[in-house]
Amino acid sequence: MEPLAKEPVVRIEHLSKHFGEGSAQVDALRDIDLTVYPGQVVGLMGPSGSGKTTLLNCIACIVEPSGGRITLDGDVVYDEAWLTSDLRRLRLDKIGFIFQYPNLLPFLDGTDNVAIVLNLAGYGGSAARERAADLLEYLDVAHRKHAMPGQLSGGEAQRVAIARALANRPRIILADEPTAPLDSERARIVMDLLRRIAQEQDAAVIVVTHDEMILDRFDHIFRLRDGRLELEEDRTRPRRPGTEP
Amino acid sequence: MNLAYRDIRHNLLRFVLTNLGLSLLLGIVIMITGVYGGLVNDAVRQARAAHADLWVVQAGTNGPFAQGSRIPGDTRDLVARVYGVAKAGAVTYQSVQTELNGKPLRFFLVGFEPGRPGSPTSLIAGRDILRDHYEMIVDRSSGLKLGQVIPLGTHAHEFKIVGLTEGQVTSSGDAVAYVTLRDAHALQFELAPPAERREVARGGGSGSSDQINAVIAKVSPHVRIDEVAAALSRWKHLTTLTEAQQETLLSKFVIQKARSQQLMIMVLLVIVSAVIIALIIYTLTMDKVRSIATLKFIGAPDRTIVGLVVQQALSMGIFGYFTGLVLVLVFKPYFPRRLVLDPQTVGIVFAITVVVCLAASTLGIRLALKVDPAEALAGTG
Repeated sequence: MEPLAKEPVVRIEHLSKHFGEGSAQVDALRDIDLTVYPGQVVGLMGPSGSGKTTLLNCIACIVEPSGGRITLDGDVVYDEAWLTSDLRRLRLDKIGFIFQYPNLLPFLDGTDNVAIVLNLAGYGGSAARERAADLLEYLDVAHRKHAMPGQLSGGEAQRVAIARALANRPRIILADEPTAPLDSERARIVMDLLRRIAQEQDAAVIVVTHDEMILDRFDHIFRLRDGRLELEEDRTRPRRPGTEP
Repeated sequence: MNLAYRDIRHNLLRFVLTNLGLSLLLGIVIMITGVYGGLVNDAVRQARAAHADLWVVQAGTNGPFAQGSRIPGDTRDLVARVYGVAKAGAVTYQSVQTELNGKPLRFFLVGFEPGRPGSPTSLIAGRDILRDHYEMIVDRSSGLKLGQVIPLGTHAHEFKIVGLTEGQVTSSGDAVAYVTLRDAHALQFELAPPAERREVARGGGSGSSDQINAVIAKVSPHVRIDEVAAALSRWKHLTTLTEAQQETLLSKFVIQKARSQQLMIMVLLVIVSAVIIALIIYTLTMDKVRSIATLKFIGAPDRTIVGLVVQQALSMGIFGYFTGLVLVLVFKPYFPRRLVLDPQTVGIVFAITVVVCLAASTLGIRLALKVDPAEALAGTG
């Protein structure tokens, strides 16, 4: 994993997270180091309970780590303690999150589900709706912009959710099994989209997945085993002829 | 973007049905307020209807409404001669019950001297009493019509309805009726034929008396009422009450128990409403836990979440209040007693509803603020 002559967007150093105390303590994450550069798409794999979602939640500033250091977009946000009091604002400004299920707000239509992030970020009503409409267009779901979440297919809902994650132009995009509810073709389309966004917006994309079919869409694949992170594959290195891509 | 409004619009049927139930509850609160207002108003109106400046009653009593008062009929002449008294009229008050078409009919019967203070005013239909006997003016809440004839007294004298008033009922809801003083005396003292025969046999009178309950005095506009009251109070066998004192007696003491009961019911209803609103808000918030978690996850501040809960609580309270008010106003004429809803009281109930909604929403707010953003990651569709 060579530096790309750019500052990393996500840098995790010696990150640990344990739950419980004493003999009941469970180490969910142990001494994790992870660096993701702009434009990179990183996959996190591992069996259930290996700590993938906990790591994602720590990066999303949802779960407080037990130790280590987190640097997001050049700012150290955690160093043995949170260094910022407004994690909500940090999430809003720097992080876009794509859930396993779209998690759209059931009482807002497609456009408003995207525009709400912009409203929270301070955009005015019409500006927010314009940007939301552009994003839905970009994600090829503009024809469903007035549909309520209950009226959207799984793929359409997931694309609206991706539009919401991208709305505030975040430098970090975290995705928790975004292709789980989709068939393989749609899963590939979503991953291609994330790759495109990473390139176009110079964003770091971290994807938790179990889906073997989409592994070729990652630059690096990490595997979490018993709370430890191992680099499984670096797809950015040139391969010797005759080896599997 | 108003999230509360969007959520209500999305679940409109549920909101309307929930609010319909709430509006019935708030309607009952408003109705009890109206009953309370009616109780006080009816009591005071009873005294106000006489348009008296001074009430002259039996010494040592708070008559004629709060306590029994009996004074000689010629007291009216004594009072009329006092300096400053412009007019005086003798009145009697009694409750009577008769039967019409097999149904009991109750009145609060006022005996008055036509043309003198104590006469009915502001007729809405018909005319004043012109004959000495058997004519009656009655409040329209009795259900009687002009020209109708009803039997009254032990001799079942037939009284013809010649005039109608409006809004003149006692604090217990009985319609007020007016007859001449002579008729009132007859109804009060006339014995049933067997009793009369026995009374005559033992050498007694024929059941008539010149007793009255009070004298109503109108004071000349050029003389101070308290001066006249002071002059009248020199007579040790009489007590003089001003109109204000009479109203205080009626509104504070005569209906004190009933007022306390109504007040207690109102307080209990407000508490019940608060509990029900709190439970509804809590349940509505519970239904939105995942949405709230998602909102928090994507960066919504606490004020957005609190605003969502509070705005829904207020919408529910305001919608329920006005629907309840409309229901009360629509069904008011069919209510068995007079409801008085003055703008001030209606405003106070509205303010209480708003405060109750705000207080009730704290339970939902507590729940919403405790929602962990990580709940948005829970794996359900």
